[in-house]
Amino acid sequence: MPRVVVDVVLKPEISDPQGQAVLGALGRLGHDSVTSVRQGKHFVLEVDGTPDEAELRQIAETLLANPVIEDVELHIPKD
Amino acid sequence: MTQDSATQGLSDLDTGPGPLQHRLDTVELAARTPDVEQPYGELGLESDEYARITAILGRRPTTAELAMYSVMWSEHCSYKSSKVHLRRFGDLPRSEALLVGIGENAGVVDVGDGYAVTFKVESHNHPSYVEPYQGAATGVGGIVRDILTMGARPIAVMDSLRFGRADAPDTARVLPGVVAGVGGYGNCLGLPNIGGELLFDDCYAGNPLVNALCVGVMKHEDVRLAKAEGAGNKVVLFGARTGGDGIGGVSVLASETFDAEGPAKRPSVQVGDPFTEKLLIEACLEIFREDLVTGIQDLGGAGLSCATSELASAGTGGMHVDLDAVPLRDSTLTPAEILMSESQERMCAIVEPGKVEQFLAVCRKWDVLATVIGEVTEGDRLTVDWHGERIVDVPPRTVAHEGPVYDRPMQRPADLDDLQADDPAALARPTTPEELAAHWLAVVASPDGADKTWVTEQYDRYVRGNTVLAQPDDAGVVRIDEETSRGIALALDGNGRYARLDPYAGTQLNLAEAYRNVAVSGARPLAVTNCLNFGSPEEPEVMWQFAEAVRGLADACRELGLPVTGGNVSLYNQTGDVPINPTPVIGVLGVHEDVRTRVPTGWRTAGETVLLLGETRPEFGGSAWASVVHGHLGGRPPAVDLGAERALGELLAALGREGLVSSAHDLADGGLAQTLAESALRYGTGARLTLDGDPFTALFSESAARVVVTTTDPEAVRATAEWTGVPVTALGTTGGDVLAVEGVAELPLAELRAAWSATLPALFGTPEATVGSVPAGTVPTS
Amino acid sequence: MRIGVITFPGSLDDVDAARAVRLAGAEPVALWHAEHDLKDVEAVVLPGGFSYGDYLRAGAIAARAPMMRDVVDRARQGMPVLGICNGFQVLCEAGLLPGALTRNGHLHFRNRDQALRIERADTAWTSDYEAGQQIVVPVKNGEGRYVAADADLDRIEGEGRVVVRYVEGNPNGSMRDIAGVTSADGRVVGLMPHPEHAVEDLTGPGTDGLGFFTSVLKAVVAA
Repeated sequence: MPRVVVDVVLKPEISDPQGQAVLGALGRLGHDSVTSVRQGKHFVLEVDGTPDEAELRQIAETLLANPVIEDVELHIPKD
Repeated sequence: MTQDSATQGLSDLDTGPGPLQHRLDTVELAARTPDVEQPYGELGLESDEYARITAILGRRPTTAELAMYSVMWSEHCSYKSSKVHLRRFGDLPRSEALLVGIGENAGVVDVGDGYAVTFKVESHNHPSYVEPYQGAATGVGGIVRDILTMGARPIAVMDSLRFGRADAPDTARVLPGVVAGVGGYGNCLGLPNIGGELLFDDCYAGNPLVNALCVGVMKHEDVRLAKAEGAGNKVVLFGARTGGDGIGGVSVLASETFDAEGPAKRPSVQVGDPFTEKLLIEACLEIFREDLVTGIQDLGGAGLSCATSELASAGTGGMHVDLDAVPLRDSTLTPAEILMSESQERMCAIVEPGKVEQFLAVCRKWDVLATVIGEVTEGDRLTVDWHGERIVDVPPRTVAHEGPVYDRPMQRPADLDDLQADDPAALARPTTPEELAAHWLAVVASPDGADKTWVTEQYDRYVRGNTVLAQPDDAGVVRIDEETSRGIALALDGNGRYARLDPYAGTQLNLAEAYRNVAVSGARPLAVTNCLNFGSPEEPEVMWQFAEAVRGLADACRELGLPVTGGNVSLYNQTGDVPINPTPVIGVLGVHEDVRTRVPTGWRTAGETVLLLGETRPEFGGSAWASVVHGHLGGRPPAVDLGAERALGELLAALGREGLVSSAHDLADGGLAQTLAESALRYGTGARLTLDGDPFTALFSESAARVVVTTTDPEAVRATAEWTGVPVTALGTTGGDVLAVEGVAELPLAELRAAWSATLPALFGTPEATVGSVPAGTVPTS
Repeated sequence: MRIGVITFPGSLDDVDAARAVRLAGAEPVALWHAEHDLKDVEAVVLPGGFSYGDYLRAGAIAARAPMMRDVVDRARQGMPVLGICNGFQVLCEAGLLPGALTRNGHLHFRNRDQALRIERADTAWTSDYEAGQQIVVPVKNGEGRYVAADADLDRIEGEGRVVVRYVEGNPNGSMRDIAGVTSADGRVVGLMPHPEHAVEDLTGPGTDGLGFFTSVLKAVVAA
């Protein structure tokens, strides 16, 4: 069964306190090389049959993400 | 790896589907193979306990039976070390207020007008140390289900928390997660958190105490009991699916000798899903309203083993369960694991066949999964089948109620004489006004004395709209009837320092404090619950502390005329080899005929007279002053005078009823110094006061049976007090923005507040502190 | 008059919203999320809580409940709708109100008595207040930080859509201290603080919240 992955992240202009907290923790642990952390959500959808990209995009943009503040990235297997 | 002979060991049995397909350990097989070695020791059973199981069954137990017995006969489920002592509570005179006593999931108390209240505290100490957020969250979830099981709507929660030193690195790991877990679960469930405790002591460093209380209300006729009666009635499992949560110990049976192909070692951490629990609550209440169950039990520790054996043994004894019907979250679970799983948010009901369809429909409405998994049978055996084969056939009473009972050896701690002889009278006392003021601020700003807003802001206190008083008031007060304004008051107290110095007196002092806190709010104390947190019962000195605590509580309850409605025992609380201070946390429930007459703790109005009720003696053993200023624990705790507590309680009730006092705040840890600071800071009203005699004793003594009240009519208060025989001392007058004590200190409230409220944010205030222990966003679902 | 209170799975303050409606002198009507029957109510309150556990995003799943389609349709025709806390989140997710609510800046759930300034006293739910009036009602949320892109915030402010603002401290890091907003026609209002918890002296910090529920009585008569 094909697996479709949807990543949802806050738009760059929306501040992300959870990501900032992780960044702060990394600094305290000595990982100074990391300069930014953005936290997001990762959905794995198992689809019956051939994934329909348009339908999946609609699912991602109307339910999985809130387009007011979030961007989505769709990863659909090619074969 | 192949093992054809069943006599070679059981590690290859019961592993369910998978690449190895081992033989199932059935009752029939167990009877044929008496000499199989079973890993009972790793499951925590002693060899004589194992022998007893074999004698009960007349054969060796199957793997599934062994799992059931081992978990039900554990200290946690069987109370095997504490039972002989707890009988004292059952021997107390029968109280008319007690509708359901010890033995059910929670006691039920008559609070008048046809209302009944059920309340209970339970510990979730060890899980909260391992995974603070989930440990605390599932602790709340478990106690809420206990209350729900009685037929009541849960209406409020409280939490009593203890951690290691406030500035210890591990406290920074554990505390934020625990607080977020208590809040995360309770808030999402819609239960107001109305109070509790937060205390720190080195003895809890590797063993925090997380005790959660839930209280519920119902009408008398709605009380439900956990029993399975009526052959042919269906056993319905409803709520969350069953997964591998909390069966670390039992997974020994499955994973012991397995290679990578075998089932993974199960996690011992349970994960909470408060949303599912909220739906479970609403579904249950609708099921109760429609009268669709004859018996009900929640699934907590020991999961289905506990629920089925307790339901069956409280009923006529017969029950059959078809384990294949149990909805699973993890298809690799073995039957023993399914029986032991502590997956949260599950309940088990006994339903007449004619009502099953309606029952399932209510569950569907609330999106709650419900499945018929068996039925009540004739006879007195609990039987369980898996894949059509019998894997359990036991007398349920032997699992649930007839476990081993130990009267363990006891010995007064060898160091107790030295400890009691180490009197704080020898400690350097403040003499100058500057020193007195400095010690005052030190006590108030210590982590134990400091403002708890950092914690309580994370809890919803308003939901359901009936919270009349909540922390920082001495007691939580909740309205239960909007028409009549009838309500209840609850307080939880458990000073471990007092109990370390003298467990008998210390436990009585804890009861006295909770009693006083309820009385201070204007309520009439009615019933007692408890959560007894102690070290290892296998240590005779710990066992002695436990026995003394129980004896102290029972004697004090007898004297105050209060029933013990139930309780919880948590043993094996220790950091390394060192047991925690004995920590009996005592809860007192009171009733308010009219919550509109409740008395708050803070001063609001200038020009009122400040009165101290009760007598102050130089008592500093186990005091906050000795602990904060000198790091000292020694001497004897303050004297217990239950007659004085009762008289004070009657006085407070009378004052509340007649509306003679506008505030009342009890004296406990930190003595008058702490009480004055909290009263002034509550609404930002100072006072100008004069203390008779030695100001050090007046400020820092922790003599019991004392309360500070404010009034506009001191003569009337004096007259009422005279009638009850309670001494009254005038301290001064409220007003201004300074807490001033003649010749001792002038503490500007701003300065006092800064010291009092800065402590916890300075320790735990950075949001980063919660990263890693709090799941991002919300509680993960399963 | 009849005011509906919708219960979603996980709604918590529905009993409180109903009580506030009753104390304001109206008749609360319980509505169930899965139905399509608004039962002839003249206004609707979406209560606080954790609908569907807030597991996807706060309010996201409830916003797609059958009952919400009816609410959106009626709201577009002018029926007054008040969303409190989770109800506010639902209204934003349903597209009836601008912006979004995200995790509090400090990452904690926070419950405190909060001072608010009424910015608009001409909406269906705030007409019993004066513009500029300061009130105190409880706030309690974990995901109450109001956010939108700067350009959107400028537009929201420019159109006067901010109904209430946090004063004397911002409890959750909301942008521009925004505590509540309204639809363009002033009929739909959403706010994070809980006016339904400030309707009785006995159980709240005061009765400052009652005005939301008395205001709508006039709004419906006037409509």
